[in-house]
Amino acid sequence: MKSFTKVKSIVTPFDQVNVDTDQIVPKQFLKLIQKSGFGKYLFYNWRYDSNKQPISDFVLNDSKYHNSKIFVTRDNFGCGSSREHAVWALQDFGFSVIIAPSFSDIFYSNCFKNGLLPIQLDSKIVDSIMNSNSEIEVDLESQTITTEFQTISFEIDPHKKKVLLEGLDDISLTLEYENKITDFEKKSNVPSVL
Amino acid sequence: MSKTLFEKIWDSHIVVKKENGPSLLYIDRHLVHEVTSPQAFEGLRMNKRKVRRPDLTIATMDHNVPTTDRSLPIIDQTSSIQIKTLEKNCQDFGINLFDIDSPYQGIVHVIAPQLGITLPGTTIVCGDSHTSTQGAFGALAFGIGTSEVEHVFVTQALWLEKLKPFEIRVEGKRKNPFAVTAKDIILSIIKKIGTAGGTGTVIEYTGEGITDLSMEQRMTICNMSVEAGARAGLIAPDEKTFDYLRGRKYTPENFDELVSVWKKDLHTDPSAKFEKSFTLKIDDIAPQVSWGTNPGMTSDVTDTVPDPKEFAKGDLAQQKSAEKALLYMDLKAGIPITEIQIDRVFIGSCTNARLEDLIDASRVVKGKKVSEKVSAMVVPGSQMVKKQAEKIGLDKIFKDANFEWRESGCSMCLGMNPDILSTGERCASTSNRNFEGRQGVGGRTHLVSPVMAAAAAIAGRFVDVREMDLN
Repeated sequence: MKSFTKVKSIVTPFDQVNVDTDQIVPKQFLKLIQKSGFGKYLFYNWRYDSNKQPISDFVLNDSKYHNSKIFVTRDNFGCGSSREHAVWALQDFGFSVIIAPSFSDIFYSNCFKNGLLPIQLDSKIVDSIMNSNSEIEVDLESQTITTEFQTISFEIDPHKKKVLLEGLDDISLTLEYENKITDFEKKSNVPSVL
Repeated sequence: MSKTLFEKIWDSHIVVKKENGPSLLYIDRHLVHEVTSPQAFEGLRMNKRKVRRPDLTIATMDHNVPTTDRSLPIIDQTSSIQIKTLEKNCQDFGINLFDIDSPYQGIVHVIAPQLGITLPGTTIVCGDSHTSTQGAFGALAFGIGTSEVEHVFVTQALWLEKLKPFEIRVEGKRKNPFAVTAKDIILSIIKKIGTAGGTGTVIEYTGEGITDLSMEQRMTICNMSVEAGARAGLIAPDEKTFDYLRGRKYTPENFDELVSVWKKDLHTDPSAKFEKSFTLKIDDIAPQVSWGTNPGMTSDVTDTVPDPKEFAKGDLAQQKSAEKALLYMDLKAGIPITEIQIDRVFIGSCTNARLEDLIDASRVVKGKKVSEKVSAMVVPGSQMVKKQAEKIGLDKIFKDANFEWRESGCSMCLGMNPDILSTGERCASTSNRNFEGRQGVGGRTHLVSPVMAAAAAIAGRFVDVREMDLN
């Protein structure tokens, strides 16, 4: 996995609550068997009309935000389906950071497996970031967001932070505990299903 | 120390515990389907890794499969590739697959309990959020992403932050348990606590309103826990649980021995503390109909479509979201729910496509005809459900009423196969998500119980099934 350190860009304001993963990547694009190339399907049904033409007042179609790497949204982002395609699409489109007052559990956990940084902040602070017109900087090492007017601290689990900073492979890390898994299996009496 | 049921299952599966950090939990059952697994298998190949415990892993194909004649080739090439990819992956990695021709094929959360794969006290994962369904058996069952699917393939374990135990007590007795169903209980709960009400928690459902339910009804409740934002739902196992599982295909040989251990262990201790609690009294609840674009946007059938301002109770973001929902749903505040006309009816999905659901819906349609302007279909949750239903003549009742009787799969719950709504079509659906475009781009979904969907199919609009004449 690619490591994450700092990101500086303007923010894409996505002013909606309860954005579900069916919106982030509609089901018609879940049939692919690879991880790449999902960016073009991001928010597809909101981005394009029935003639496949961009809908002009949809935020991702605004050229102002085309180089934005930071996506700012509202409560309960990523609710619904567990599809990791949602994370792949946001990332492939160009986002590295998602800021929201709250995330759904599975989406939040999927972000870290792919090097996408979800930041949870108080909704008033999210408001102020959403309204900022100039570039902001997100620094994972120091756990800070620097805007034109202020520096904001954010919380992150130290284990998850380390995985992102060093771009570690979760599976390799777990395999260091293989003996413990084997020991657990010896004690466990759960019957197999074959 | 006294513990909740969730804490007992959690603690008994810890392989490694990090101070102030996540725990590595052992996974007893890994269920796999064609949509969220191909990239995980690809990861195994790229890193030359194997599946650690193929004997704890089961696969089926449910999301993409056509529900029409299975002897015909699959027309959609991308669906066909995804299905063939799962076949090859299962072959290459030694995983037991119930393929499209298997008598055990079906929606993964329907077949796992039917086959006795789901067991109390176990940990169960699947790359699918509705894995929560299986918590009805007192298992800690939850959805995971594709990276985690790969992680479980290799290690048979997962790193997880401890979730919070949340008790939802369901008290009282429904006056009309045929018409007011488990679906109405769970929709009433989500309406009250909201779609993020359970975020970061595992909900344990307790109380007479839950113990009164059959196993299939309990599955409907736990299924939609994720719609309340919870990672999982749980119900303590009892005699109904054990009776359901006894003698199934994969029920362990030492089942009775296990039952005695489960009876002793698998309950929340009387003095254990939940971090959150909520009580719903069900004596007077009505059949529910969703009117918006998330499952919390739901009303009693006797009610009207709410005004977004009143619905949001001062929360501007929620108000905006409700206004957007009404626009999408093409509904106006104030109109009675029973005046909403429908075009389609879908009885199916991991929420409501088990045998009891079909029996109840058939009682409503028996001897009647689907409204001429409605097209209606029944998609049994599994081939086993389909066979059982046909054995007692349900297929005939539905077909006589002009319902289509289909093969099993996820079907129009998410429309990854050809079963989709056209733009603007309005559907009474027994599924779990009324998100924009979920059943087809521009399609409008109203979540209801199987008996309410059946009643709507006959009337061509929503009706209060309590008032129907059920000879």
